[in-house]
Amino acid sequence: MNSFTYVRARNQAEALSSLKDAKFSLPVFKGGGLDLVDHMKEGLIAPDALIDVRGVRGEGDLAGNGPDAVEMKGEVIRFPAAMTLAQAANSAVLRKFAPVVAMTAGSAATPAVRNVATVAGNLLQRPRCWYYRNSQFNCLKKGGSTCFAVEGENAYHAIFSTGSSPGPCHIVHPSNLAPALMVCDAVVHTVGNADRKEIPIGKLFHGPEKGVTSEHTLEAGELITHITMKARPVSGFYAIKEKQSFDWPLVFACVAIEMAGERIGKAEVVAGAVAPVPWALPAVAAALKGVDPKDERALTEACALAGKGAKPMRDNGYKVGLLSVAVKRAVMKAAGVAIAGEEGR
Amino acid sequence: MAEGVSRRSFIKTAGLSAAATMGPGMVEVALTVNGAARKVKIDPAATLLETLRVDCNLTGAKEVCDRASCGACSVLVDGKLVCSCMMLALDAQGCAVTTVEGLVGADGKPDAVQAAFIKHDALQCGFCTPGFVIAARALLNVNPKPTLAEIKGALAGNICRCGAYTNIFNAVLEASGQAVVADGG
Repeated sequence: MNSFTYVRARNQAEALSSLKDAKFSLPVFKGGGLDLVDHMKEGLIAPDALIDVRGVRGEGDLAGNGPDAVEMKGEVIRFPAAMTLAQAANSAVLRKFAPVVAMTAGSAATPAVRNVATVAGNLLQRPRCWYYRNSQFNCLKKGGSTCFAVEGENAYHAIFSTGSSPGPCHIVHPSNLAPALMVCDAVVHTVGNADRKEIPIGKLFHGPEKGVTSEHTLEAGELITHITMKARPVSGFYAIKEKQSFDWPLVFACVAIEMAGERIGKAEVVAGAVAPVPWALPAVAAALKGVDPKDERALTEACALAGKGAKPMRDNGYKVGLLSVAVKRAVMKAAGVAIAGEEGR
Repeated sequence: MAEGVSRRSFIKTAGLSAAATMGPGMVEVALTVNGAARKVKIDPAATLLETLRVDCNLTGAKEVCDRASCGACSVLVDGKLVCSCMMLALDAQGCAVTTVEGLVGADGKPDAVQAAFIKHDALQCGFCTPGFVIAARALLNVNPKPTLAEIKGALAGNICRCGAYTNIFNAVLEASGQAVVADGG
């Protein structure tokens, strides 16, 4: 890793003014630091100042205090940007009122990573594409002229595209929390240049057709302070991975439903690991309306729409079928319907 | 205004104080490791793992993957399990760091987890063992009687390339005063 100046910001003003300090040529904010240190070890970036924002206090604490950093007022849930994934997974408020968020946070990475990784870091981490992560490949994201996934190993790449045609970069969005927050209508609150902004979570990300060197829509120097979202007490998450323990999902789905008696009255479905952004599935959500989640045949039929419009690459066609299964099982998790073969898991 | 930063609060606080900066170049850092205060001189880019091994001469935590993927570098920071290879030593300032060396009691007796690993032969080459012991201790500190599924979940970030998992799970069951499972489930 390159050497750098370490700045410990105590409040938002210090964080923002340090970022604008003329003596730094490439200052960056640091939360948990996992993805940042990973990039620095790999030689992908070499910032000359790391501004630690975890200790930011005052109006809009970034880290949150007390046993549960999550607050709920009326129907609105609020939590700080530097809350760890472990805190999210263990939050009594989230487990009861937005289980999809607690489940998703609890399934990310490993216990040791979840103790350090933050909510904002999960949203803003860079993609896991192995060509991007490997300094030997000068891919589009690093200013090169080629997306190596097109001709290369693309089993873990996107099957949906945000533009009129796939590419030019074929990453899947790395955040597993983003789809969970989308089904909860989350809003990302930021500060920067003395202005506050509220960004609906769906507008925090952009596809590669709008630029390949970043995946988010924040301006330079904009800092996420906290997230607000709606309660979604009937919600669930299901990931399909190559191994049951620590692994990145091949596909996953987040679902929030409102029941009307025994049937689904309203559903929101967002998938992950299938597109360069969290991938909303409105057609599936519409088809789920009126379905009894205990009626597996009707559920399977509605969820079969999940892969509609997919344009798989050479090695990732398997994701199309898996996605329907992930959505179906996320609905079952949300509705409390047992999934055969998963007893005790 | 209840949340975020307002124009007024921003103007009020801007420029009043400069953030604490360290480096570039070597900086003196005070750490608390296994209950003892230590002063080390490190580069801000030093990881907690490098600092523990090189500057504190505590070589229990191991560098294997160096990317938080294997758990060999596991330590406790304020009682929480972390991968020390991906944490800057400066991030551990003001925290209580516990390494596998710190689990041995003042009387020199091994921790219950360490004793159970020995009893159940929960290792082969032993290189991953300090990480597994620390991860198991982190689990038992918050969940004294974990189920086998909970043990597997808590150790999901630790890899044993010799494949001693069955005996590792049995050792954690033993350390928590529970019956071992013959095949490790």
